[in-house]
Amino acid sequence: MADTAVATREGAADTGRPGFLKRTLLHNLPAKIAAIPMMAAVLVVFVGCTIWTVYYSFTNSRLLPTGKFVGFDQYERLFSTSRWNVSVTNLITYGVMSLVFTLGIGFLLAVLMDQKIRLESAFRTIMLYPFALSFIVTGLVWQWIMNPTLGLQGTMRNLGWTNFTFDWIANPRMVLFALLIAGLWQGVGFCMVLMLAGLRGVDEEIWKAARVDGIPTWRTYISIVLPMMRGVLVTAVVLIGSGIVRLYDLVVALTNGGPGISSEVPAKYVYNYMFSGGNIGQGLAAATMMLVTVLIIMIPWAYLEFGGKGRRA
Amino acid sequence: MSQTATMTGTAPATATTEPSGPRPKPFFTPKRIIIYTTLVFFSLYFLFPLYVMVVTSFKTMPEIRFGNIFALPSQVTFDAWIKAWTSACTGLTCEGLAPGFWNSVKITIPSTIISIFIAAVNGYALVNWRFKGSEVFFAILIFGSFVPYQVFLYPLVIITRELGIFGTLQAVIVVHTIFGMPLLTLIFRNYFASLPVELFKAARVDGAGFWRIFFEIMLPMSLPIFVVALILQVTGIWNDFLFGVVFAGTQNYPMTVQLNNIVNSAQGTPEYNVNMAATVLTGLVPLIIYFVSGKLFVRGVAAGAVKG
Amino acid sequence: MQQSVSIRDLSLNFGNVKVLERLNLDIAQGEFIVLLGPSGCGKSTLLNCIAGLLDVSAGQIFINGKNVTWMEPKDRGIGMVFQSYALYPQMSVEKNLSFGLRVSGMKKDEIDRRVKRASEILQIEPLLQRKPANLSGGQRQRVAIGRALVRDVDVFLFDEPLSNLDAKLRSDLRVEIKRLHQRLKNTMIYVTHDQIEALTLADRIAIMKNGVIQQLADPHTIYNKPTNLYVAGFIGSPAMNFIEGDLRDGAFVAKDGTSIPVGSYAYLNGAGSGPAVLGIRPEHIFVGEAAQGMPYQADVEIEIVEPMGSETLAWTTIAGKPVTFRCSSDIDIHAGDKMRVGFDVARGSLFDAKSENRL
Repeated sequence: MADTAVATREGAADTGRPGFLKRTLLHNLPAKIAAIPMMAAVLVVFVGCTIWTVYYSFTNSRLLPTGKFVGFDQYERLFSTSRWNVSVTNLITYGVMSLVFTLGIGFLLAVLMDQKIRLESAFRTIMLYPFALSFIVTGLVWQWIMNPTLGLQGTMRNLGWTNFTFDWIANPRMVLFALLIAGLWQGVGFCMVLMLAGLRGVDEEIWKAARVDGIPTWRTYISIVLPMMRGVLVTAVVLIGSGIVRLYDLVVALTNGGPGISSEVPAKYVYNYMFSGGNIGQGLAAATMMLVTVLIIMIPWAYLEFGGKGRRA
Repeated sequence: MSQTATMTGTAPATATTEPSGPRPKPFFTPKRIIIYTTLVFFSLYFLFPLYVMVVTSFKTMPEIRFGNIFALPSQVTFDAWIKAWTSACTGLTCEGLAPGFWNSVKITIPSTIISIFIAAVNGYALVNWRFKGSEVFFAILIFGSFVPYQVFLYPLVIITRELGIFGTLQAVIVVHTIFGMPLLTLIFRNYFASLPVELFKAARVDGAGFWRIFFEIMLPMSLPIFVVALILQVTGIWNDFLFGVVFAGTQNYPMTVQLNNIVNSAQGTPEYNVNMAATVLTGLVPLIIYFVSGKLFVRGVAAGAVKG
Repeated sequence: MQQSVSIRDLSLNFGNVKVLERLNLDIAQGEFIVLLGPSGCGKSTLLNCIAGLLDVSAGQIFINGKNVTWMEPKDRGIGMVFQSYALYPQMSVEKNLSFGLRVSGMKKDEIDRRVKRASEILQIEPLLQRKPANLSGGQRQRVAIGRALVRDVDVFLFDEPLSNLDAKLRSDLRVEIKRLHQRLKNTMIYVTHDQIEALTLADRIAIMKNGVIQQLADPHTIYNKPTNLYVAGFIGSPAMNFIEGDLRDGAFVAKDGTSIPVGSYAYLNGAGSGPAVLGIRPEHIFVGEAAQGMPYQADVEIEIVEPMGSETLAWTTIAGKPVTFRCSSDIDIHAGDKMRVGFDVARGSLFDAKSENRL
C-alpha cells in the first residue's frame, strides 16, 4: 500500500508548540477542502442521521417528528404487531435460504465453469445478465411468469398437464419461495463470477501438487481450494447479506407483501409506517431494529477481519 | 556415469500396442455430460424470463389470454410497445414511460458525474494526502455502506425539505451521490494505492500541488477505473427504486417507479403485453451497457469485492 | 541395467507451437539429472510431462520399465516438489504430509511411520503442528520435499525448487538436496535455470533450448567440452571468450589477421578448415610467468580490472576482440598495465562457424 506517502505523521508530536493549531488546520489544506463532501456525508448522513433515527425512535412522533420521549413504547408496540413479526420471520427464512442457495449454486456453477468448458464466456454472459437488471424488472417478469392463470401454470395446464401447480405467488405458504426464485435469478450469476475469480486465483501448482498426491478433483475443491477462498467467501457473504437486509424493491414489484401480509419484509414495514402509515416513531423504531441486526452481523465480522491482525483495510 | 543416453534400455520395440501419444479422451465422458447438462439447465433458467418478456410484449391480448407463454407471437405487433412508451397509465396520468425515461436520464447523468468525481478526489486524498482522521472517516464511510437505507431515509427527507429541494431531481441526485460514495471511494482508493508512489513523490518534488497532481498525473492514468465506476453507477442509479419514490416527487418519478406503477397500480384489466413491453424498455439501458461493456462489467461488479 | 526413466520420441505442441520435439532421454536408476536452460526452453514442460501433469502430443514415457504415458500422476511412482512450494495453506505440516496418503486409504500406523521418517530426514519434527503461513521459505520447501518423500517413490521431480529463496538459503538447501540424494539414492530429475545448481548437483546435465536437448553429459564434460556454441556460451560465468576467424594450415587466423597455433587440439572428426569460432574460458588464459610456454602468447594492455576477492577479472583485447581472463588476486594488476598473456587452444574449444557445432 502507498503508505502515507508524503503526508503527515507529525500531528500528535506537535502538541504544545506554538502555531500548533494553525499548522494542524492548514496542513494539507487542499486535501481537507477536497474531502469536505466526504466528511460532510460521514458526519451529517452516516453518523448524524443514524443518531437522529435512533433518538426519535424513542418518541411518539406520528405525522411529524416532534413527539415526546416515550422510552421503549414504540419497540413494545413493534414486537406486538403481527405484521412486523411476520416481516422479521420472513426475512430470516428468506435470508437463510437465499444465502445458502446463492453461495451453493454460485460455487457449483463456478466449479463447472472452471472445467475448461467450451463457450465459457457465453455461459457467463447468460448467467450474469440478470444482475444488470433492477429488482423491479426482475419482480415484474417473474410476477408474469408465475401468474396462475396465464403464466407458466396456465400454459402447462393448457398443454395437458392439468395437475401442474406453480401458484407460489398466490400461496401464502409458498410465496417466499417465489421471492427466492426471482432473487436467485438476479443474484446467482454475480456470486458465480466472484467465486470463479476466487477459483482462478488459486496457485496452479496447488492443483498439480494435489494431482501428484492423487487427491480426487471434488476432494481438492472441498478440502483445499474452498478453504483457500476464505476472503472471497467472506466478501460474498457480506455483500449478499447486506442485500438481503435491504430487500425491498423485489417484494414491492413481485408480491407487494401479499397475499395478505405473507411476504412482508422489515424494509417495507419501515417505508409504509414512515410515508403512508403516518406513524413516524414506529417506522423509526423498525429502522433502528434493522440497524441493530446489521450491527450484530457486522461487528463480529469487522472484528475478525480487522481486529486480530491490526488494521488491514 | 557415462553415456547411458545412447543405450536403448528396455524400451519395447513393439510400441504400436503400447500407450503412446496423448491419452485417449472421448468427448462424451459421463463427467462432461453432467457438466454441460447442468450448465444448460441453469442457462434455461436464466434465459427463460428474457424470452417470455420479449415474446409477450409482441403479442396481442387475445393471444395472451389463450394461455401459452412459450409460444411465439402468431403475428408480431408493436402496439404494446407504442402504448407502453406513450400512453400507458402510471397512476394519475396516462403518458406512458417516456417521461419516466427522461426523468431517469436527468437523474442518472448528473448523479453519475458528480458521484464519480467526488469519489475519485476522496480516493486520491485518502491515498496520497492522508491527514489526521482521514482513515477514520473512510472507515465510517465503508461501515455506513452496509447500514440499511431505511435508517437514513427520514432524516434525509427532513434535510432535503429544509434545503428546499425535496421532491425535485436535485434531491435524488444528492442522495445518489451520498450513497454512491462508499463503494466508489473504496474502488478509487484501491486503484490509486496500486499506482507507484514514486510517481506522486516525483511530482511533489517538482513542486506540483494537490489539484495539479490529481488532474495531470492521476486522472490520465485512471481511465480503466473510471470506466468501471461509470458502468457501476449508471446501472446502479438507473435501477434504483427507493430513492426515486421517496425523494423525486410524483412529477419526477424515474422509470423504475413509473414501470411499477404501470404494472401494479393499473385500473381495469391488466394488459400483460404492455406490461412486458414496459419492463423490457426499462431493462434496456442496463442491458445495453452490460452487453457492450462485456468484461468490464464483470470487473465492475467484482470491484465491490476488491477489499484493500 | 534397468532404466529408471525413459523418454521415447516425446513431442508436445500447444496449438501450433512446438514446445518439445521428438525428445529422447534415458535416466539410470539413482541418477541425478538436471534439466538446464533459459525460461521457455521446455525444461519445465518436459518435467510436467514426466509427472503426467501435461498430456503429450506424441511419444512414450517409461518409468521403471512400465509404460506410464496414459497413467495418472499418482500412479506413476513419482513425487514432485514445486517452485511455489504448493503447500495446502489451511493444513498443518503433518496434514500436508499425510493428506495424500489418507485420501488413498492407507493404514494409519503406516502413515505415521512414513511421516515420522520423512520429518526425521528433513529435520522438520518441531514444525509438524504449524501452518505453512508460519514457516520460513526454507522450512516450507523442506515440507514440500517431505510431501514427496512420504510417497515412498523411486523418482523425485523438482521444478525450480530453490528459485523463490534468497541466495544464502539457496546454497544451504542445495547441499541438503545433495545429501538427501546420497542418502536415499532415488532417481532425481531437477529443473533449474541456475547453472551453479546444475553443475553442483547433477550426475548429468541436459542443456535444453527450444524444446531440444543440446547436450547431455556430466558437468565436467559440459563445462570443458561443450558440444556447440550455445552450450559453450550458456555455461560458465563470466562467459567463454569467442574469437571469429578461419582454420588454415593447422592454425586459427582471426579476423584481424592474428594467427593462433591450434597445437594439440583434439578434433572430433579430424582437422577442420574454413570459417570457425575459437572459444577460450577466462581461467584458461594465463598471465605473467604462467603465460610462458603457452603455444600462443601476446603482449596486451589491461583495460579494466574487477577484483572479486578470491580472484581478479581483467579485460583486454586479443586478436581485435574484447577478452576477459581470470587471475589470482595475489597478482598486482591495474588498468593500463602492459602484460604478457598466453593460452593453449587445446584447453579451449573450436566450433564450425556455420553449424555452430564443436570441431
